[in-house]
Amino acid sequence: MATEYASSGEYIKHHLQNLTYGELPAGYQRHDGEVLNQATLTFAHGAEEAKAMGFWAINVDSMAFSIGLGLLFLFLFRLAAKKATVGVPSGLQNFVEWVIEFIDNSVRGSFSHKNPLVAPLALTVFMWVFLMNLMDLVPVDWLPLLGSMAGLPYLKVVPSTDPNVTFGLSLSIFFLVLFYSVKMKGAGGFFSELAFQPFPKFMFPVNLLLEGVGLIAKPISLALRLFGNMYAGEMIFILIALMFGGSWIMALFGGALQWAWAVFHILIITLQAFIFMTLTIVYLDMAHAEHH
Amino acid sequence: MNFNATLIGQSITFIFFVWFCMKYVWPPIMSALETRKKQIADGLAAADRGKHELELAAKKAGDNMREAKATAAEVIVQAEKRAAQMVEEAKTAAREEGERQLAAAQANIAQETNRARETLREQVAALAVAGAEKILRREVNAQTHADLLGQLKAEL
Repeated sequence: MATEYASSGEYIKHHLQNLTYGELPAGYQRHDGEVLNQATLTFAHGAEEAKAMGFWAINVDSMAFSIGLGLLFLFLFRLAAKKATVGVPSGLQNFVEWVIEFIDNSVRGSFSHKNPLVAPLALTVFMWVFLMNLMDLVPVDWLPLLGSMAGLPYLKVVPSTDPNVTFGLSLSIFFLVLFYSVKMKGAGGFFSELAFQPFPKFMFPVNLLLEGVGLIAKPISLALRLFGNMYAGEMIFILIALMFGGSWIMALFGGALQWAWAVFHILIITLQAFIFMTLTIVYLDMAHAEHH
Repeated sequence: MNFNATLIGQSITFIFFVWFCMKYVWPPIMSALETRKKQIADGLAAADRGKHELELAAKKAGDNMREAKATAAEVIVQAEKRAAQMVEEAKTAAREEGERQLAAAQANIAQETNRARETLREQVAALAVAGAEKILRREVNAQTHADLLGQLKAEL
């Protein structure tokens, strides 16, 4: 399928570009040489245009797929919750109960305080991230091809390969961590936790620096880990897909590789969702914990 | 990496999803799980109780059985005793009846003997009178000698 593109580089770039909708400023020269004489709301063609749109642009594909998958998760679980019976569970309820018990056990294992928010939060994080990662198993060209038939210039189907998505999650969690830290320890308590350890009090600038970096590293590492893993996985799928453009032997080999990588990726998908959830729980537990 | 408003959109979506999950998904399923857990625990407890009750009942049945056996044995002993007593009573009654009948027979015999003796005496007296008449060859006036004859009769 790579034959439709000018080069392999083009193909890869195209697959890694989000469908961004935003405003291009007046006087901007577009990819096809057209110069805009007024600010225009449009889809970006290529990374440069997306960049020119600045912050107030939106990745329509990331939003659409993530919201769609999130709604799918909520719909299924709500359906099971509505029909939840005390008697012998069946089908969907069985599955949902299994997931919920798994999450509940994880939360009980890592979170030692009382907070009704944490378990549903962990469930949402796990299922949502898992479903977003799962999109990675859809062969990389299927949905973009459908999209281009529908007139969409770009379509990136795995929301968790968009750093906006992973940072959106991890920053929300970071604000929750800050909120609960202040709520449980008080502003002073939280500050002293940052400033007066691990070294004695007179070295508080060093402490502040160390603990501050540690604090900031949490959301960044959380987001980058998921993004990096999924991005790399997606990249390998794209590289394998390039082989389909070669001879039939290459294509066959590519098919085998794609299958093998997909099987291995099932593990990564689940593992990354689980890590994201577990770290969320652990960070929230640390926010609740009183030091000393 | 190109950050844009998707970041904010994702955060808002995430918060909404968590809120929805916390409000409408987690509690009903959790409560169903808890209720089922409780029901199972109750069921197991009931089974234990049932088992215990069964043991008690078995023990009670055994006790009843033993008691019944004891009672039956007692009843048999009493019945035997009663039977022996009845046989004894019957024997006594028979013996008494026999003695009574013996006594009656003896009385009868004595009566008959007396009567026979009386008759004999009268006949002997009559014979004696007839003999005396023959010896005396004269009439003996029965009326005149009635006391004499009575005396004789008594001596015989």
